[in-house]
Amino acid sequence: MKQLLWFFGIATTVKLLLIPSYHSTDLEVHRHWLAITHSLPLSQWYYDETSEWTLDYPPFFAYFERFLSVFANLIDPRIVHLHHGLNYKANSAIYFQRISVIVSDLFLLYGVYISTRNLPSLKRNLVWVLVIWSPGLLIVDHLHFQYNGFLFGWLLLSISFLAQGKDLMGGFFFAVLLCFKHLFAVAAPVYFVYLLRHYCRGGLVRGFARLSAIGAVVVAVFAAAYGPFVYHGQIQQVIRRMFPFGRGLCHAYWAPNFWVFYIMLDKGIAFLLRKVGFNIPTPVASFTGGLVGDASPFAVLPRITPMATFIMVLLALSPCLFKTWRDPKPRLIARSVAYAYTCGFLFGWHVHEKASLHISIPLALVAVESLEDAKHYFLLSVVSCYSLFPLLYEAQEYPIKVLLLLLHTILMWFCFSALFPKNIATKGSLQDDKKSTQYESKGSSRTAAEEQRFELGWVAKSYLLGVVVVEIWGQFLHPYLLGDKLPFVPLMLISMYCAIGIMYSWIWQLKWIITFS
Amino acid sequence: MKKVVKDKLNDGEHGDPWWWLVQKGIKSSFICVSIFALLVRVAVGLHPYSGANNRPKFGDYEAQRHWMEITLNLPAKDWYRNSSVNDLSYWGLDYPPLTAYQSYIHGVFLKTFDPDSVGLFTSRGYESYLGKLLMRWTVLSSDVLIFFPAVLYFVLVYRSMRLGLGQNSDAAWHIAMILLNPCLILIDHGHFQYNCISLGLTIAAIAAALSQKDLVASVLYCLALNHKQMSAYFAPAFFSYLLGKCLKNKNPVLEVAKLGLIVVGTFAVVWWPYLHSKEAALAVLSRLAPFERGIYEDYVANFWCTSSVLVKWKKLYTTQSLRTFSLAATLLTCLPSMVQQVLAPSSKGFLYALLNSSFSFYLFSFQVHEKSVLLPLLPLTLLALEERQSLLWLTHFAMFSMFPLLHRDKLVLAYIALYALFILVYFAPGGPSGRCNGSKTRDHRQTTKRGMGFLSSIAFHPLVMGFLGLCSLILHVIYLTMRPPNKYPFLFEAVIMLICFSQFVLFTLYFNSKQWMLSKHLTSKDKQKKII
Repeated sequence: MKQLLWFFGIATTVKLLLIPSYHSTDLEVHRHWLAITHSLPLSQWYYDETSEWTLDYPPFFAYFERFLSVFANLIDPRIVHLHHGLNYKANSAIYFQRISVIVSDLFLLYGVYISTRNLPSLKRNLVWVLVIWSPGLLIVDHLHFQYNGFLFGWLLLSISFLAQGKDLMGGFFFAVLLCFKHLFAVAAPVYFVYLLRHYCRGGLVRGFARLSAIGAVVVAVFAAAYGPFVYHGQIQQVIRRMFPFGRGLCHAYWAPNFWVFYIMLDKGIAFLLRKVGFNIPTPVASFTGGLVGDASPFAVLPRITPMATFIMVLLALSPCLFKTWRDPKPRLIARSVAYAYTCGFLFGWHVHEKASLHISIPLALVAVESLEDAKHYFLLSVVSCYSLFPLLYEAQEYPIKVLLLLLHTILMWFCFSALFPKNIATKGSLQDDKKSTQYESKGSSRTAAEEQRFELGWVAKSYLLGVVVVEIWGQFLHPYLLGDKLPFVPLMLISMYCAIGIMYSWIWQLKWIITFS
Repeated sequence: MKKVVKDKLNDGEHGDPWWWLVQKGIKSSFICVSIFALLVRVAVGLHPYSGANNRPKFGDYEAQRHWMEITLNLPAKDWYRNSSVNDLSYWGLDYPPLTAYQSYIHGVFLKTFDPDSVGLFTSRGYESYLGKLLMRWTVLSSDVLIFFPAVLYFVLVYRSMRLGLGQNSDAAWHIAMILLNPCLILIDHGHFQYNCISLGLTIAAIAAALSQKDLVASVLYCLALNHKQMSAYFAPAFFSYLLGKCLKNKNPVLEVAKLGLIVVGTFAVVWWPYLHSKEAALAVLSRLAPFERGIYEDYVANFWCTSSVLVKWKKLYTTQSLRTFSLAATLLTCLPSMVQQVLAPSSKGFLYALLNSSFSFYLFSFQVHEKSVLLPLLPLTLLALEERQSLLWLTHFAMFSMFPLLHRDKLVLAYIALYALFILVYFAPGGPSGRCNGSKTRDHRQTTKRGMGFLSSIAFHPLVMGFLGLCSLILHVIYLTMRPPNKYPFLFEAVIMLICFSQFVLFTLYFNSKQWMLSKHLTSKDKQKKII
C-alpha cells in the first residue's frame, strides 16, 4: 500500500509539472460544462447552445461537473460564467481544471488498490506500474485533458468486485460508470450475460429473485441519473445529445481500427479502376465530418452505416458472449471486458483513438498472469500508447510523449523480465542467480516447469522496430523529402500501422477466449 | 533446497522491493532513472524562464540567447570587447571562453531552425514559441551529453571503489538523488542556465580523480573552470587533494610539474584566441571578475549579505578593501579542509573537501548569487549514501534560499512539484533512507560519536528538524499570500536569508569537523593495523 501511494505520488508530481503544457479544446469543453451546470437550472443543461460544446455526457458526469463548479466558483467566478467564461484561458481556470483531474485520479488509485489486493507483492507492484504510470492515461488526461483516470477507477472497481464474486456490487459500479460516460457501454452485453448467468442462477425462484435484485439496483442507478430529466420530460433530448450519430465513421484523426483498412481498400480499388479506365467519381463527403444523410464518402465499396458497425461489433463479440453464457467465470471477467472494448474499438462508429485505453487499462490486471499475457500486453501497450501520439502534435510536447513511451517500454521490459526470468531447467545454478530463481518460483508456481523467459519473438521485435521507422518517417523524413506534399500520409501511416497491432491483439484475445477451457 | 528458496523469497520480499527495477545491473537502472530525470527536465521546461516578457532587460534566458547572437555573428576576438556591434552593458559576455564556444555551437543550432532568434541586434529580446523550445533543447542536450554520462561515470567509479556498499537499489537511489536534484533542475531548465555543463565536467573530474586518473581529472576540471568561473569554488579541494597525492609519490616535483603542465596546456588551448596579446587576455579576465557589481546582490544567504543587517559593509568600506576581506575570509575558512587533504588525501576526504571549500566560497567570497548554492549541493549529492540526513536538510534549505528568486521567475508550481518529487524519491519505500539498520549508519555513528555526536544530535533531532521545517513551511505560505509591510519591503527575503544562513554555517562546521574526524578515524585505524 505504501508503495502504491508512492507510485501515485510520483505520478502526481509529474502531472503537476505538466500543467502548463498543451491542452486540447476538451479543456474549454469541460470548462463550458462547468459553466452550464453552474449557471443554468438542471432543466436547461441539455438544451443550452451558448457554445458549440454542448453537454453530451450522461447526467452523472453533469452532476460531477456541477460538484466541481462549486469549487471553481470559489476560486474564480469567471470560470463558471456562462458567457464571460467562454474561451477563458486564465491560469486560474487551467490550474483549477488540471488539478481537478489530478485529484479525481484518486478514484483510479482506489480502483487499482482494490483490484490488486489479492495479488502477490511483486505482481501487485507491476500492475501498479502499468496502471498508475500508464503513459496513455497521462497523455490523454493530463496533457490532452479529460477525466479518464477517474472513470477507469470505477471500471476497475466494478471488474474487481465481479472477479471477487460480489456480482451485485460489480453491477452497481458498472451502472454508475455508464451514467458517467456512455462510451463504456460497449462492455454492457458482456456484463449482461455474465450477471444473468453467474448471478441469477440457482433455480427459477432464486434466479428470479436475484434478477429482480440486480434489476432494481440498475434501475435505481439509472433513475438517480436520468430521473430528473424524465421528470422534466427531456429524456429524448438527453439521448439525442448523448448519441450524435450525425458524426462520421471516423474521428478527425482516424483511430487505428478496422475501418482504416476498409477506407484504404476503397481508395485502392478506386485508384486501380481509374487506371484501368473506369470513370469513378471522387467522393465529396469525408469520412470524418460527413452527415449520415449526405453522399457516401466511399468511391466503390458500400457505405457503412451506424447500424452496420453495431452489428459488426456484436458479431465480433459473440464468441465471448457465448463463452460467458456457457461458463461465466469470475477470473475471466477482466479479459471479457477488455475484449468487448477491443471489438468496440475495432468496429465501432466514430471511434476515438483515446478509446484504446479501454483495452490497455483493464488488461493490465491480467498482464502478469502468464508469460503469454505479458508478451501480448507488452506489444499492445506500446501500440496503444503510440497511437495516441498524434493527439499531441505540437513540438513542445514531442519529447514528452516520446520519453513517456520510452520509459513505459523500459519499465515494462524490466517488470516482465523480472517476473519471467530464466529457464527453470537449470536448477543447479540456483546459487548463481538467486534472485531469478527465487522469483520464478514465486512469480508463477503454476507453470514453473516450463521455460518462461520473457523474450519477444522476431515478429514482435520487428513490428516494434517498425513503430520507430514509422515515427521517423512521419516526423523527419516525410517533411524533409516530400515537403508539404501528401500531408495526410504520416498520420495515415500511424493509423494503419497501429491498426495492425490492435487487430493482432484482437485476434490474440479472441483465440485466448475461444481456446480457454 | 526448498527451505533455501523460501528464505530467499522472504529476503527478496522484505529486503528490496526494487529488485525488479535494478536486477539488470547499474547501467540499466541508470538508463531507467535518467529517462525519468529527462522527462522531468522536459516537463520543467514547459514553465516560464527568468525574465519572460519582462522588458527591457529580461533575464538569464536573454543573456544566454544574446551570447549566442554575439558569438555567432562576431569573430572570437570581439566577443569580450566593447564595440559598436557589441554593447557590453547589455548582457555582455562575462563567462570564460568555453561558455562562449558553447554559445557559438548552440547559436549555430538556433540559426538552422529559427534564424530570427540570433540575428545581430535585431534579435534583442526575441521571444517566441519556437525560440523558447530550441533554447530549452540546447540545455537538455547539454544535460544528456555531459551531465548524465558524468554521473554514470562517477557512480561506476564510486561503486567499484566500494565506497558505497549495499544493494543495487542503493545505487539506483544514489543515481536518482544526483539526477533529480530539484535545485539544479529548477535553475537549468526553469530559470535557464547551463550549470549542467560545468557541474557535469566537475563530476567527471571528481570521478577521474577518484579513479587515480589525475591528469584526466585536471583537464576536466580546467574545462569546468573555463565554462563557469564559479567552478573555482572547488579549486581548493582539487588543488589540495592532487597536491597531497603528489607529495605522497616518490617523485613529487615531477608529479606536480606534470599536473601544472597539463593545467597550463588546457588553459592555453581554451584561451587560444586571446593569447596573442596581453591586452586581449586581460580584457577577458576583467570581464570575468565583475567587481563593480558589489560584494553581494539581492538576498543571498551568505556571510556578507546576512551580516549587512548589522554592518553596512558597502557603505563602510571600498570595494577594493572588501575584495581583500572576502578573499582572506574565504581562504581562511578553506584552509582547514585543504590542510587535511594535503596531509592525508583520501577519496572520502576529497568529497568532503569539495563540500567544505565550496561552502567557504558560498559563505565568504565576493559577489555570490543565490544560485551558487548548487555548488556545495553537488558534492553532497555525490555523498548521498553517507550523508543522508544532511542531504535532505541541505536540499531543503538550498531550495528555500532560492525560493524568492524562483518566485520571481513564476516557477512556484515547478518548485512545489520538484520538491515533492525529491521528498518522495528520498523516502522511497525500501530505499536506503527507509532502512536504518544498514552497515553504513553504524559507521556513521562511530565516526560521529567522537566529538561530533553532540552537534549532530542537536541538529538532526526530530524536534529541531520538525520545528525548522514547520517554520519554513509557514514562511513559504506567508511569502506567497501576504504583502510585507511598506517600511520593510524585503522583510520576508531577509528572514529566509537569516534562517538559511544559520543552517549553512552549521553545515560548514559540521562537514569540516566530519572531514577531520575522517582522517583521525583513518589514522587510528592505521595505527591499530600497525600494532597488529
